Amino acid sequence: MKTNDVILQTVTKVTLFIIILFSIHLFFAGHYYPGGGFIGGLMTSGAIVLLLLAFDIKTVKSILPIDYIKLTAIGLLFAIGTGAGALLFDMPFLTHAYTYVNMPLLGKTSLHTAVLFDTGVYLVVIGVTMTIIQTIGESE
Amino acid sequence: MNNLIILPILIPLITGVILIFFSKKILAQRWISAISSILTIIAAVLLVNHVYKNGIQTMDVSNWEAPYGITLVSDMLSALLVLTTSVIALAALFYSFKSIGIEREKFYYYPVVNFLLVGVNGAFTTGDIFNLFVFFEVMLMSSYVLMVLGGTKIQLRESIKYILVNVISSALFVIAVAYLYSVVGTLNMAHISVRISEIGNAGIITIIAVLFLIVFGLKGAIFPLYFWLPGSYYAPPAPIMALFGALLTKVGVYSITRTYTLFFYHDAGYTHQLLQILAIMTIIAGVIGAIAYLDIKKIIIYNIIVAVGVILFGVSVLTQESLTGSIFYLIHDMNIKAALFLLVGIIIRITGTSDLDKISGLLHRYPGLGWTFFIAALALAGIPPLSGFAGKLMIVRAGFEVESYVGAGIVLMSSLLVLFSVMKIFIKGFWGAPRAYKGEEDAPVKWLLFGPALLTAFAVLYGVGTEAIYPVISMAAETLANPEIYINAVLKE
Repeated sequence: MKTNDVILQTVTKVTLFIIILFSIHLFFAGHYYPGGGFIGGLMTSGAIVLLLLAFDIKTVKSILPIDYIKLTAIGLLFAIGTGAGALLFDMPFLTHAYTYVNMPLLGKTSLHTAVLFDTGVYLVVIGVTMTIIQTIGESE
Repeated sequence: MNNLIILPILIPLITGVILIFFSKKILAQRWISAISSILTIIAAVLLVNHVYKNGIQTMDVSNWEAPYGITLVSDMLSALLVLTTSVIALAALFYSFKSIGIEREKFYYYPVVNFLLVGVNGAFTTGDIFNLFVFFEVMLMSSYVLMVLGGTKIQLRESIKYILVNVISSALFVIAVAYLYSVVGTLNMAHISVRISEIGNAGIITIIAVLFLIVFGLKGAIFPLYFWLPGSYYAPPAPIMALFGALLTKVGVYSITRTYTLFFYHDAGYTHQLLQILAIMTIIAGVIGAIAYLDIKKIIIYNIIVAVGVILFGVSVLTQESLTGSIFYLIHDMNIKAALFLLVGIIIRITGTSDLDKISGLLHRYPGLGWTFFIAALALAGIPPLSGFAGKLMIVRAGFEVESYVGAGIVLMSSLLVLFSVMKIFIKGFWGAPRAYKGEEDAPVKWLLFGPALLTAFAVLYGVGTEAIYPVISMAAETLANPEIYINAVLKE
């Protein structure tokens, strides 16, 4: 007999977006408040894990057709790229640049290359967590 | 400010990441890793040249000034070690192309080797004690993967032990750094050294020194802490064994050398005496293992332990001459251990066994292999025109000068027994009646021999050109003997 988990699946569909929004909020809060790439990435992968719990691996793969190992590599490229970018301007490795810009809706906003580095961390954390969970889940 | 320092770390790192993207395209993997490894060698040569001309190079990562940010420091010692590492990596990579097997190559072998190089080069270059820990972990995690990659039974068993030991020693490392931080309040190595001299001769510093000796001793296999090494290094295939045997323990040895010359030289009567006793015991334990076994892999593995002991004996004597000798010997030993492990790998590839009783008469069929092994074996033991001689000579002479007759005598005796242990391989394995071995016809000996022959040629050049290299090495030893040079270069006072 197949169990019917319609309640779990419905609740997942609603909660998923809240979790992802919260994780993105944590990610962007990183510079001024507690948060950042690591916890943001962990929480995003938490949301995907919830999807995995409510559905099966195949369904989740068709919803999110992502190769997580490559995602990890892309994240690493982001992090290294922001670091190595400083070399082009004849500055030491990992020197960051920032500027204040008047954005149309957001007003005066600071743009910082450290965010790109954090994006790298964010992607690596998602990639690694999901690779671990999927590999263990798929192995018999 | 000089970004040349970061290149030997950055090139393998970028290569490793790029290689993840096409893990199944083996030809591309080989080409990219070979090219990047040649680029790393070029960068390292430029770095050595730059350091030789302009003195110690420092780079404040992120443009934060010295004690506040992470500083990468390239003095002569670390530049030379980075160069040696890059050359060994190239030789091991070439060996891997035809020997490691498609299964392993498809499962991220080359990316992980590159990450291992990031860890080793980073550990040699960093000027920050916690950053050293991080690079240790980069190196160790890659080594865990390399040790278990392939998933044979012996690899699984030995990597459990290896991981267990290294996790414990890493936890001890963090604890040691925490103690040190709570005493001196800084993590920059030059700044720590300044703060420790201000405190002077406090008991807690000696305790931390011993704790660091335990931590790095576990990584670098000194006397009571080497128990994990013979089993663990026995498991993986030859090129991985060569990378491990040449690089991993030497990072531990480098860290002991760095901390014991830069931080903990105030109570040398206790700490360096302890180091000296342990070094001598290490030599004895290694020599006993090397002559006890009739297994070619085990013999070379125990020779690693002997060499660690010899180098650390030189460090413990703490005169300029003994330090010069230690550096000479350290570089020689990295080079020759990689060559020997690769040669042993070829022998095993031909014969299908590592048991000396089942091998004989290889010299008839494989004269190139035989004579390369012979030269490498003589270089290992320190026969005069070859590379092991100058280092050991200086260590022994410095040992006699400070009247440490027992230690110097044991270093001398150890050469004899090391020579015996490798000649045992040569005599039993290469002389005698030739035998036929299963599967030897398709062993790509000529290709495999390229890497170890290159390294052996370096050993010969290094030995013959001792006079030419001497100023470079003594420059490295000068920084170790006078920590002020290092401190002034980093803190720019």
